[in-house]
Amino acid sequence: MKAQTLYDKLWYAHVVRQEADGTALIYIDRHLVHEVTSPQAFEGLKLAGRKLWRTASILAVADHNVPTTGRAQGITDPVSRLQVETLDSNCAEYGVSEFKMNDVRQGIVHVIGPEQGATLPGMTVVCGDSHTSTHGAFAALAFGIGTSEVEHVMATQCLLMKKTKAMRVVVDGTLGRGVTAKDIALAVIGKIGTAGGTGYSIEFAGSAIRALSMEGRMTLCNMAIEAGARAGMVAVDDNTINYLKGRPFAPNGEMWDKAVAYWHTLHSDEGAQFDQVVKFDAAQIKPQVTWGTSPEMVVAVDGRVPDPATMNDAVKRDAAERALKYMGLKANTPIAEIRIDKVFIGSCTNARIEDMRAAAVVAKGKHVAANVKLAMVVPGSGLVKLQAEREGLDKIFIAAGFEWREPGCSMCLAMNDDKLEPGERCASTSNRNFEGRQGQGGRTHLVSPEMAAAAAIAGHFVDTTKS
Amino acid sequence: MQKFTLLNGLVAPLDRANVDTDAIIPKQFLKSIKRSGFGPNLFDEWRYLDHGEPGRDNSGRSLNPDFVLNQPRYQGAQILLARENFGCGSSREHAPWALEDYGFRAIIATSFADIFFNNCFKNGLLPIRLAAEQVDELFKAVAAHVGYKLAIDLAQQTISVPDGKVYKFEVEAFRKHCLLNGLDDIGLTLQHVDEIKTYEVKHRAAQPWLFA
Repeated sequence: MKAQTLYDKLWYAHVVRQEADGTALIYIDRHLVHEVTSPQAFEGLKLAGRKLWRTASILAVADHNVPTTGRAQGITDPVSRLQVETLDSNCAEYGVSEFKMNDVRQGIVHVIGPEQGATLPGMTVVCGDSHTSTHGAFAALAFGIGTSEVEHVMATQCLLMKKTKAMRVVVDGTLGRGVTAKDIALAVIGKIGTAGGTGYSIEFAGSAIRALSMEGRMTLCNMAIEAGARAGMVAVDDNTINYLKGRPFAPNGEMWDKAVAYWHTLHSDEGAQFDQVVKFDAAQIKPQVTWGTSPEMVVAVDGRVPDPATMNDAVKRDAAERALKYMGLKANTPIAEIRIDKVFIGSCTNARIEDMRAAAVVAKGKHVAANVKLAMVVPGSGLVKLQAEREGLDKIFIAAGFEWREPGCSMCLAMNDDKLEPGERCASTSNRNFEGRQGQGGRTHLVSPEMAAAAAIAGHFVDTTKS
Repeated sequence: MQKFTLLNGLVAPLDRANVDTDAIIPKQFLKSIKRSGFGPNLFDEWRYLDHGEPGRDNSGRSLNPDFVLNQPRYQGAQILLARENFGCGSSREHAPWALEDYGFRAIIATSFADIFFNNCFKNGLLPIRLAAEQVDELFKAVAAHVGYKLAIDLAQQTISVPDGKVYKFEVEAFRKHCLLNGLDDIGLTLQHVDEIKTYEVKHRAAQPWLFA
């Protein structure tokens, strides 16, 4: 048989039927649902008198609108509250499993899926959320969909789609001190661009990827969408299996052994052909900081804000000029001299236990700089929060002047009360630095948890490889 | 879903790359539990000088005179002309809902982000990819002629410009069929219930832990 890529294996295992032009009906194993992109889908089902195809495939949680303080008072914004209540009532009506706001298992959908073992290798995983690519860290075919497709999966357990091209991003070697999965992600996007992965699924491979924890792999796959790829993925290895063992939704006993045997086949075969291969030397990757309003506008922390005048491409030059104006930055400013107003450590990219630990190591025994108005740590789930508290991380953060919050999407997209004011500059561990993303007029610099914590302490970005 | 067959519409140019879905419809409007009514808040942060909130009456808000869609010559535009990677970022279908609600029926760009591209077809909105040079030509033509219109024929896969030139464009056969006929995807898929059930039995036998 022809050597297959991991993507090939996942794809062909889920084809129900195929049209003449290659459009296939793909079976979906796991459907994650949140409050923002599901109400219209439930309404559509109701209007058409349709039922859920397989209720047990769905796991729901409210994460975008939930407050990160004062949970006992409920949600004060009536519009946000209605959206969360609509999810609650839809789940109750259709018998869908839901972790409600005050359930300890509640959290960001892309944190809780893997945490519960609801994401398993070999699955197709979808959610009305672009960062569903996160789950590909488990050798699942996972991608974000729109609300019409949410309804389509609810009603048919399938999606209509075409096979993408396959890209392999190979990162070999050892990461330097202070360099993380987030820096790999940003360096990849900086090289291939935010449209570089459009039309592709990306497999991350190489010794540096194998050396990453599952948390690190999730961070990397999470940002595949920021490179334009709907899906990112990593082959199964012992890290994958060890992470999943004993999780509530994972199989056990004989079924576990049978599953593990299958999961070990989930890797690209020797000699499998990719449409594109991009290589990186891990040792050459430095801590990354974005300077503009697109994740591809990124440089190493020891670099400078680029000068649009040196750019030959008119569209790129125009975008860079617009970005510098919005960001309130001057060309050639050293990145380490950029002073910040706020710090956000959280999001589906970087709010897992390992991220909390990494930031706490930097913050321990230090204090947030006087020019930093707010430094907040928002764990990705109630269980991450609990684990961090068991390890005393909350006390380290609070002693250092950080706020320790309740889990949710929070200031990644500022749908709740956590947002930047116009002109405020933020070191953020989230995934998007778009204009207005963290609040209208807010200025976002995407960084790793280590860099965010270091910037909070210093009041500006810091070359973490030198400290 | 509304059909798309022929469109002879006014073109509005949005000359920037990487227009993301946060810009197309900012997050505060995603709190709505409805599919309609997003048009007045399309490009809200670029279009208005003040901050918009859901439920607020937009008629009295101050418009940003520098934003292209606010210029009198582009009022009533049905075709949006854009650059590369249009619709990147969030999967929010509120973006095509807002574009459609505003009055756009087609978007011509160098490239589109995958999820946005897909979402357009579910809402009777036609996204058309043209080569960068062709998009450049169109930006120049729109700037040079007030009231510049294009005629799009989906069946023929052509865009005709006023001087008679015709651009061909690609569209997948299945998507084209659905758009031309205004077909509901779910209805189509449910014609294959037996095949889905057969697959499910086979899949369950191979990976029983997925159904535990």
